[in-house]
Amino acid sequence: MAETGTQRVKRGMAEMQKGGVIMDVVNAEQAKIAEAAGAVAVMALERVPSDIRAAGGVARMADLSIVEEVLKAVSIPVMAKARIGHFVEARVLESMGVDYIDESEVLTPADDLYHINKKDFTVPFVCGARDLGEALRRIGEGASMIRTKGEPGTGNIVEAVRHMRTMQAQIRKVQSMSYDELMAEAKALGAPYELLEYVHKNGKLPVVNFAAGGVATPSDAALMMHLGADGVFVGSGIFKSENPEKYARAIVEATTHYTDYELIARVSKGLGAPMTGIEISKLAQAERMQERGW
Amino acid sequence: MKIGVLALQGAVAEHLRMLEQAGAEAVAIKKPEQLKELDGLVIPGGESTTISKLMHKYGFMEEVRKFPSERKPLFGTCAGAILLANRIHGQDEAHLAVMDMTVERNAFGRQKDSFEAVLPVAGVAPDFPAVFIRAPYIREVGESVEVLAKYDEKIVAARQGACLACAFHPELTEDHRFHKYFLDMVQEYRA
Repeated sequence: MAETGTQRVKRGMAEMQKGGVIMDVVNAEQAKIAEAAGAVAVMALERVPSDIRAAGGVARMADLSIVEEVLKAVSIPVMAKARIGHFVEARVLESMGVDYIDESEVLTPADDLYHINKKDFTVPFVCGARDLGEALRRIGEGASMIRTKGEPGTGNIVEAVRHMRTMQAQIRKVQSMSYDELMAEAKALGAPYELLEYVHKNGKLPVVNFAAGGVATPSDAALMMHLGADGVFVGSGIFKSENPEKYARAIVEATTHYTDYELIARVSKGLGAPMTGIEISKLAQAERMQERGW
Repeated sequence: MKIGVLALQGAVAEHLRMLEQAGAEAVAIKKPEQLKELDGLVIPGGESTTISKLMHKYGFMEEVRKFPSERKPLFGTCAGAILLANRIHGQDEAHLAVMDMTVERNAFGRQKDSFEAVLPVAGVAPDFPAVFIRAPYIREVGESVEVLAKYDEKIVAARQGACLACAFHPELTEDHRFHKYFLDMVQEYRA
């Protein structure tokens, strides 16, 4: 008897993405460039995060004709974003055959209290997190993959670094705790106890953990791998750079060989200008996408 | 016995753990220079397009292709099986082309069609837990290829001499019997 949509199949799909780069694309042409550069998956969007930021207003699930166009254009997995709590957008994307759904703070949240009950779905979900408690709450709701939130569309790596370092430090702390301290820690973090128990025993999250939100250069990608990321999402970084094709290839190579600095130097030469970055402190509180999610 | 796991992209850590638990010394292989010291190599699951591009880029193709003739077994799971095949359905070019078979990528459908099933695998186990993730299957095999497992009439595991391929992911389970089978192959070819 075959069983679809099991936890192992959903989490396993993310395991297969490890060591790879997932790239944001807005049409079939970009999707093909990403695939040819060695992306392990593409995220089909109507606008990359930096353009969403610039456009303002309510950001919703992408135009479905773009999602369909990308699904047809490439043989690698295709992800798409649904608004936080918008389970109908997620169901619609699932029905179209999208391979992974990002319940994403890049879009305007549809629910200010609750996230999607992701256990109900056959398609797996990835969710953003800034710390261990948030990651374990999302996993508790059924997320099969976690990524740092960072600050999307800024080309500024500082927030992704902060989130990854926070998570890794909290994991080390939980791992070294005595068993009797776990329940109080679960309460403090707002994390499900059983998942915290898993972290205590195994010293890692029960799912794959990627970096996202501000990765703009090959060195940024390698930095996140050093800090413990299993792989990298690059949003605006590639197609907002001067030479997307070269940029994409360079980020893929730097992610695979993140400890080989000569190689990173070689692939980083002559790339042209990266995307223009934004200083985080210049962003008003309301403009910070990372604050979305509960 | 020293077994490498090609560590360019994909489920590398899972294979390393399984090989160690099955009794081998396991190393992650990032550069072709590391291949010399090995008795066998595992090509893991991941994205076959990504892994093959990086293999070409860093000069892995020629070196790994020599493995079977040097009596060093190869084991490809999912994406790894695609890399081993002589022919890929719907594509002009194959990658390593060391096994006489035609594979079809994403042949069971997209991620929502990914599934688990318990299968008999000849020589490995009567009840192996097989995890299929956007999996390929083997459309047809040459005469010298032994079919080890089928699911729904489709070939999902096969062996040709020193090459072993399966469409599913034994590395995502706690069952070491498939890795043990591969280590026995390595032992046999070393003798």
